[in-house]
Amino acid sequence: MAWHLHGFPGGIHPARMNKSPAVDNPIESLPLPPHLILPLHQHSGEPAIPVVEVGQKVRRGQLIAKAAPGRSAAVHAPANGEISFIGFHACPNDSGMHEQCIGICTDEEGELDEDEFVDDISLTEEEMRQRIAMAGIVGLGGAGFPTEKKLTRHGTKYLIINAAECEPYISCDDRLMRERAPQIVEGIHILARLLQAEKILFAIEDNKPEALKEIALACFETDIEVVVIPTKYPSGAQKQLVQNLLGIEVPSGQHSTSLGIVMYNVGTCYAVSRAIAHSEPLISRIVTVTGDAVQRPGNYEVLIGTPIEYLLQHAGVHSDKLRRVVMGGPIMGIAINNLGAPVTKLTNCLIASGPGELDEDLRARECIRCGDCVEACPASLLPQQLYWHIKTGAYERAENLHLDDCIECGACAYVCPSHIPLVQYYRHGKSHLWLRQQERQKAEHAKQRFEARQARLEREKEEKALRHKRAAEARLAAAQASEARATETQPAAKAEPDKPVIEQHNDRMSEVLAAVERARKKKTDPDAENKS
Amino acid sequence: MTMVVSSPHRTRGDRVARLMLLVIGCTAPGMATLMSFFGWGVMFQVWLAIGAALATEALCLSARGRSPKRELKDFTAVLTGVLLGLAIPPYAPWWIIVTGTAFAIIFGKHLYGGLGMNPFNPAMVGYVFLLITFPTQMTSWTPPLSLSDAPPGLLDSIAVIFTGETMDDRSLNALRMGVDGFTMATPLDALKVDLNQGLMISEVQQHPVYGAFAGAGWEWVNVAFLFGGFILIQQKAITWAIPGGVLTGIFASSLLFNIWNPDAYASPLFHLFSGGTMMAAFFIATDPVSASTTPKGRWYYGLGIGVLIYLIRTFGGYPDAVAFAVLLMNIAAPTIDLYTTPVVYGHKQEH
Ligand code: SF4
Ligand code: SF4
Repeated sequence: MAWHLHGFPGGIHPARMNKSPAVDNPIESLPLPPHLILPLHQHSGEPAIPVVEVGQKVRRGQLIAKAAPGRSAAVHAPANGEISFIGFHACPNDSGMHEQCIGICTDEEGELDEDEFVDDISLTEEEMRQRIAMAGIVGLGGAGFPTEKKLTRHGTKYLIINAAECEPYISCDDRLMRERAPQIVEGIHILARLLQAEKILFAIEDNKPEALKEIALACFETDIEVVVIPTKYPSGAQKQLVQNLLGIEVPSGQHSTSLGIVMYNVGTCYAVSRAIAHSEPLISRIVTVTGDAVQRPGNYEVLIGTPIEYLLQHAGVHSDKLRRVVMGGPIMGIAINNLGAPVTKLTNCLIASGPGELDEDLRARECIRCGDCVEACPASLLPQQLYWHIKTGAYERAENLHLDDCIECGACAYVCPSHIPLVQYYRHGKSHLWLRQQERQKAEHAKQRFEARQARLEREKEEKALRHKRAAEARLAAAQASEARATETQPAAKAEPDKPVIEQHNDRMSEVLAAVERARKKKTDPDAENKS
Repeated sequence: MTMVVSSPHRTRGDRVARLMLLVIGCTAPGMATLMSFFGWGVMFQVWLAIGAALATEALCLSARGRSPKRELKDFTAVLTGVLLGLAIPPYAPWWIIVTGTAFAIIFGKHLYGGLGMNPFNPAMVGYVFLLITFPTQMTSWTPPLSLSDAPPGLLDSIAVIFTGETMDDRSLNALRMGVDGFTMATPLDALKVDLNQGLMISEVQQHPVYGAFAGAGWEWVNVAFLFGGFILIQQKAITWAIPGGVLTGIFASSLLFNIWNPDAYASPLFHLFSGGTMMAAFFIATDPVSASTTPKGRWYYGLGIGVLIYLIRTFGGYPDAVAFAVLLMNIAAPTIDLYTTPVVYGHKQEH
């Protein structure tokens, strides 16, 4: 029975999907690179904390950085070797900034350790969770959310496996499904058991018939429902997939998990199965290497930390043809400026583009308000109005048009006939609003602090006043009492109430001065006597 | 390596020029039909308009410190020229189309900041300017060649446009003479005059200028523009929303009045295939810059133009109402946008 699809608005059908050159070859293992660079931050959340020292020998699979408290993921040594450095190194990120990494000089021997096979039946659920957490698995579809953090037990209605892989060029999941469907399904079962999922949906786009066949075979007579969805970008975006499969929208500002919907990418399921069945932490992944500038496009099983340069060389890159290297797909991917940067857990694809393959210097023109972007937007935003508002600095207006709900899929920028880099504007707008919100929060805090201080001072003043008043009352009472006593016993002897205050003061002063003078004399006279 | 750091790294490409060329190309069937019914004048007007548009655009761009070499290639000015050239009477004097086009480009486009910034459809700004400034020349349509007393040839056409007289010294007014010896008007014009004289639709329609169902020549011109419009939709250069709205607006309002009093109000068929209806629906109202931009808004925008075309044609002072209808709805577009903002993903429950 076919699952009823609800579809989602917008979306695009990029021409030349370019999946074929890479997807036709079987997954190939990359030889061990001489050194590996492992960023501490390969996931969303806090960077991991190193637990090794420079010079220390490590073994394949050994923990080298533990997960930080909160949302984070551990990092393991992908191969035997020696820690060569802990410090900043180029990483594949948008900003081109260097990040904290651990370097390993690999050594050839002992690389082929036998996998330790563990029967997952013997593990309790708690142990499984533990092991998944320990394995440092993160969402391999691109978001990099630590896997174990989504394994909340309660109320999981739907477990959705995302095999849409909707960006052009990328084929690592496709290839993984063709070759390792049973392991993927095993991983799904583990996740389903831990989540106690009521319903498991496996969503795959209809442009991967071979993968579909393998998956359907592996899912035969299981409770996994394989759902074939039409090929359209961004079908694999989390919110759009939920909408397409279930006909519901994740409310703005919420996660699908709050609706009891948990989503994992196929690669993640595979990693989970490796972690449970082979005790293998996440130390390698499949990377699509493609583009006109490589001779042997394909999908490579690559150790995390392998320098991108090394991988490209292995795929036969023509440096004179090479125009740009993009990590990820051509629509959402990021340009890699430093090829010494390593493959991370999130590197699903590397495009080494040749001349004319990707856009080169298409200067933006004026927006002609054609509305193509409006039709392409899967979030039903008005991209050209957002663009306009951000461009003119009217950030609030953009905010009112729900800039925050832009998933940065880039569908709008893809179709824009004026080639306006719309997503850049949205990122800029978002960061601006974010900064302003921070400032507002800070100002709010400051105000609260100020008000609290004012209140405290006020209170203290009142208390002081009260104390004074009490003291004054007490004094008054005492004075009255003593006066009463005085009038009873002796008349005012020394007091000269009629004399002006200043004179009384002067009298007292002259008395004191006289006393001081006496004392001085007394002191100097004996001296003088002694000297003389 | 060229480093364009930002995504997307691949787009559908630089399409403004292609889009404009496609639209210009799709006016070809309409233009050819117009020429076959009204003679060479059509072509000369379009050429003059294109020349004037390019020259004015180049001047404006240079004056604004932009590169005419680069920006002229987007063909937007050419399109403005083509549309205006097709809209004016084929034998109007040359300076009409030149001033009109220059006005359109300067006042309709560049004074607002150029491409993408103009709130009004430049071609229609030019048209209304001409209509108000030179009403006589702008309403001096010659009859279709078949109904003409003396259809102008190629050289005559050039002569009339540039000198006001044909080679054998006939004036434009002489050209406007029909076979029946009366000065011809367009079907829309004639309808208005005849109805004002108390004739009934059925009587009015006996007149040869009405053709088979919507005006001699005009019916086929409209069919041809409709055909070009379908190609535009098929090529995804435009969506059906605006043209669909325009045609629905004209159809619904004319049907309403026609049913109410068929003697005094022409049929929907007449209105759909008369004057500039199809050209307006597919080529003028769809100018993206000055139209509404939300999916629903475009439909309402088109609908508004359709209804206004009908109302102005029927009750207004000008026979063809396309330009006024389009400009009026241009004014309304931002408001329409405001009230038709789609519900953003994840915000369903607010409504
Ligand atoms: S697609 Fe580009 S040109 Fe068209 S409306 Fe959107 S931003 Fe403007
Ligand atoms: S990037 Fe944002 S605005 Fe553009 S199509 Fe995607 S969700 Fe819509």
